[in-house]
Amino acid sequence: MKTCLVVDDSSVIRKVARRILEDLSFTIAEAADGEEALRSCKERMPEAILLDWNMPVMDGLEFLQRLRKEPGGDKPIVVFCTTENDVAHIARAMRAGANEYIMKPFDREIVESKFQEVGLI
Amino acid sequence: MSQEFEFFRKFLRERSGLVLTPDKQYLLESRLMPVARKAGVSSLPELAVKLSRATTFDPLAIQVVEAMTTNESFFFRDKVPFDNFQQVMIPHFLQSRANERRIRIWCAAASTGQEPYSLAITVRELAAKLSGWRIEITATDLSVEVLEKAKAGIYTQFEVQRGMPINMLLKYFEQSGDTWKIDPSLRSMITWKQLNLLDDFRHLGTFDIVFCRNVLIYFDHETKSAVLEKTAKMLAPDGYLVMGAAETVVGLTTTFKPAANQRGLYSLASASAPAATLSPFAPRKIA
Ligand SMILES: C[S@@+](CC[C@H](N)C(=O)[O-])C[C@H]1O[C@@H](n2cnc3c(N)ncnc32)[C@H](O)[C@@H]1O
Repeated sequence: MKTCLVVDDSSVIRKVARRILEDLSFTIAEAADGEEALRSCKERMPEAILLDWNMPVMDGLEFLQRLRKEPGGDKPIVVFCTTENDVAHIARAMRAGANEYIMKPFDREIVESKFQEVGLI
Repeated sequence: MSQEFEFFRKFLRERSGLVLTPDKQYLLESRLMPVARKAGVSSLPELAVKLSRATTFDPLAIQVVEAMTTNESFFFRDKVPFDNFQQVMIPHFLQSRANERRIRIWCAAASTGQEPYSLAITVRELAAKLSGWRIEITATDLSVEVLEKAKAGIYTQFEVQRGMPINMLLKYFEQSGDTWKIDPSLRSMITWKQLNLLDDFRHLGTFDIVFCRNVLIYFDHETKSAVLEKTAKMLAPDGYLVMGAAETVVGLTTTFKPAANQRGLYSLASASAPAATLSPFAPRKIA
């Protein structure tokens, strides 16, 4: 089973994402900010990361930039999932090494469609 | 079964081919009551009476027919047909149409435009191979309302996230508030026309590729067969028919045969060369 790390400071969003991704047969790990997420990745690199942008301590973009420099950090497929929905933000995330981008609000169909797009399902 | 259900069932079957089964009775209520109210009547039986006096082109009749269509669509729906388009169909025609340098494509139930636009984007992505070629996309649908939306090319954030890869979104759409507008140059690759598949459509001419997806499912057996037979007559001898993921020609017509190993892809049974088995990795031998 593939693991997906869900990174979001909102426990509600994490719960919603978990439910959707578990139905898509992922094992879920959670983190509430970028720093926690980075620790989690150093312990065990997940196959996929669903990543919020605005979070306390370390935001999603900084996390992504650091992740990509870690050994094996190029492997996880990173899908941003954020309310930042303007072209400038999206382009920045993609340049930083994101694989796909979900603009909140999202639903099951969007997550499924995006995960299919990047070949995770 | 109520009298008005019987009326609407017959009316819709004649007008659009839609088969309304008794378990879908609730759809009449939810979709037609808004139409009824706008027309100043307060119940379905009253609407039925009004319709029974309507002529073919009565706006009320058209509204009722359109309101009962299911228009759901998404970009690059099912993915495989678009991979086939790029990897099987286009390479085939690059060879077989090398003189005319023209490929004609028909989206036979284009709905709100996601299907023709996905094809237009794929064509644009292949620009290097197709330079000097004319790729014509004709998009038709029964419903004028969905065609208007398709032509406008404006989609919600929700719609563009179903199937459109983010890189393509950035490349081919312009954001305006929380909607996304498709590049006008893609819009102009497509010709839009209102067309009922129950009617004669020979005037559209001959096509190399026909996308007829997720529309026959609403028709009965006989209507499905009839539409497929008519479509066959408009297909180039080595043309392709593309159907929806849950659809097949099997049992409906023998005019088409499934393309080997390609789900949802069909060619004419009369086609001499097995066009469909052509693979991009096995270039055809030039005799
Ligand atoms: C579910 S959509 C399919 C859209 C697209 N082909 C896809 O697969 O995503 C079905 C479309 O068929 C159209 N339709 C229904 N009956 C029709 C008819 N008799 N002639 C032409 N179009 C029809 C509807 O208006 C609707 O837009």
